[in-house]
Amino acid sequence: MLSILRDLLRYNREFAAGAVLLAIVVALAAMSAFAPMPPEDVYVVPPDVPPSWAYPMGTTSRGQDVFWQLAFAIRNTLLFGFIVAILSRILSLVIGLVSGYLGGIVDRVLMSINDTFIVMPLFPILVMFYFVMKDRMSWAALALVMAGLGWAYDARLIRSIAMSLRTRQFTEQSVFSGMSTSQIVTQDHLPYVMPIVFSTTMNNINWSIGLEVTLSVLGFTNINTPTIGVMIYWANQHTAMTAGVWWWIFFPVALVIMTFIGLFLLAVSMNEYIDPRSRLSRMRGTRT
Amino acid sequence: MQSINVYIVKRLGQFFLVVFIGINIVFFVTHATPIDPVEYSIAAAASFGSTSPEAINMLRESLTELYGLQGGIWDQYLTFWKRIAVADFGPSVSAFPTPVSTLIGRAVPWTIGLLLTAIVISWVLGNLLGGLAGYYRESRILKAAGVIAMGLHPIPYYIVAFVLLIVFGYLWPVMPLGGGYQRNLAPGFNLAFVASVAKHSFLPALSLVLVGLGSWFMGMRALVSNIVTEDYVTYAELAGVERNRILTSYVMRNALVPQITGLAMSLGAIFNGAIITEQVFGYPGVGTLLVSAVHAGDYSLVLGITTISIIGVSAAVLIIDLLYPLLDPRMKAG
Repeated sequence: MLSILRDLLRYNREFAAGAVLLAIVVALAAMSAFAPMPPEDVYVVPPDVPPSWAYPMGTTSRGQDVFWQLAFAIRNTLLFGFIVAILSRILSLVIGLVSGYLGGIVDRVLMSINDTFIVMPLFPILVMFYFVMKDRMSWAALALVMAGLGWAYDARLIRSIAMSLRTRQFTEQSVFSGMSTSQIVTQDHLPYVMPIVFSTTMNNINWSIGLEVTLSVLGFTNINTPTIGVMIYWANQHTAMTAGVWWWIFFPVALVIMTFIGLFLLAVSMNEYIDPRSRLSRMRGTRT
Repeated sequence: MQSINVYIVKRLGQFFLVVFIGINIVFFVTHATPIDPVEYSIAAAASFGSTSPEAINMLRESLTELYGLQGGIWDQYLTFWKRIAVADFGPSVSAFPTPVSTLIGRAVPWTIGLLLTAIVISWVLGNLLGGLAGYYRESRILKAAGVIAMGLHPIPYYIVAFVLLIVFGYLWPVMPLGGGYQRNLAPGFNLAFVASVAKHSFLPALSLVLVGLGSWFMGMRALVSNIVTEDYVTYAELAGVERNRILTSYVMRNALVPQITGLAMSLGAIFNGAIITEQVFGYPGVGTLLVSAVHAGDYSLVLGITTISIIGVSAAVLIIDLLYPLLDPRMKAG
């Protein structure tokens, strides 16, 4: 495992770039543990101070230090994406593996439901959730709802792998040696789909963070928990752009773009690692 | 012909399933919550001031019926479907007494126009560039285009739209900050109005295209680089067929088919992007209407937009699915 990581860092430029970007983002998130003030407090520092040595990213019109605020925000945002990804991975793994392995009517029913969730426009549904829940719509509730809606695309991907695994000889051998369906799926097939699960995790984190930012910016989440979207929301509320407080907008936007590109590069390079054909072409490319 | 009929029936079935599950989610969400939407909406309506007691009573009856709150849960469920079947969502609370369907009807053409423009441009451009990049692997310009398209792709619609608005609206103000057309122009089919609409929809469309381009580009490039290794392509090359002709009629022609399926599958996501983008630019489409409906506490409007979105997107997917056999002759041969 570690040697794979080392090789990826050394030979795969996309992976290295993505890893560096994410390392910066995670480091900033970890800094939140050392913050001198709780994130909810307002007017703890002089408002509207441009970036300087004392306040490296300036301060907001609400009297918050942008740097520490950002540390909390990115921590919450990353955590949110991670929770959604883990929960929806479980759903897509179970549905994808079972559907691919069993085939037949189970497969057809599950895939019809699956396609339904792929096609469904989720944003209006999420907005509606917020609309009826209002302030009860906590951070955790939103994560649950999004995990429940965001599994479909990857379930289809996992199913296609499970379908090809089913026809392999080792599956037959397991069937004849009396292993149950759940044993075959978890012990035989799960290891094969794990790499693709890792790569879809990155994409799923991207997706959920993107939606979370969007919903928060519109004020459709709990606006008292600092996340990247909530930060931009408050900046918009105080018309930071027209007031010339550009640092309040610039740093969260730049950081979240870094996160997206970092995660995306990791996903792409991991996909390449999984697909032996593109690995081969890369090796050939380095030799000539 | 047999197999194509089966295909059409299957697609129709999928369409009804999406609508069915979608509407059920809407029903579940609106009925499993502790908030009484009727009283909530009435409170919101009353806060707008000029509502007479009769109007409030009318509203209460209409809302109670619309939200399906009379009778048992099964009756509620049936009324819910009946109202949706005739697209009657009752009056809007924030724009009382304009019916919700009128408000949505006014916004839908804007959204469809924006979506169509953005999808056509990004799909055609992405596939063309992706095809070229997959076939002419050594070209530096195409490689650079690929890096840009890939870099923009993972950024969500909101952030791209927001950055474009800041750059072209505030820092270098060459584009209007929002709206669908210039305020003092009367809507009509004349040059000034059309030009104004085009100018106002430029940035929203651009942000949709920028985000959308990457996935078509990457998909097409991967497909093309797979197809190039096929025997019939090698044969065509050896037979001396022009390279550009090989690319268009041998390689990309075959790669287009999965890209059409891809379009059908990502339509929902693109629609999400469009309504988010609209809101950033204050574009007078469904997205802006939805957000203002939430802020105004307009329950029937939110419900109407969500329902129409689900039906609209799945209908669009159905249309693409039904056009698909025209592009893939294997479907007809069965």
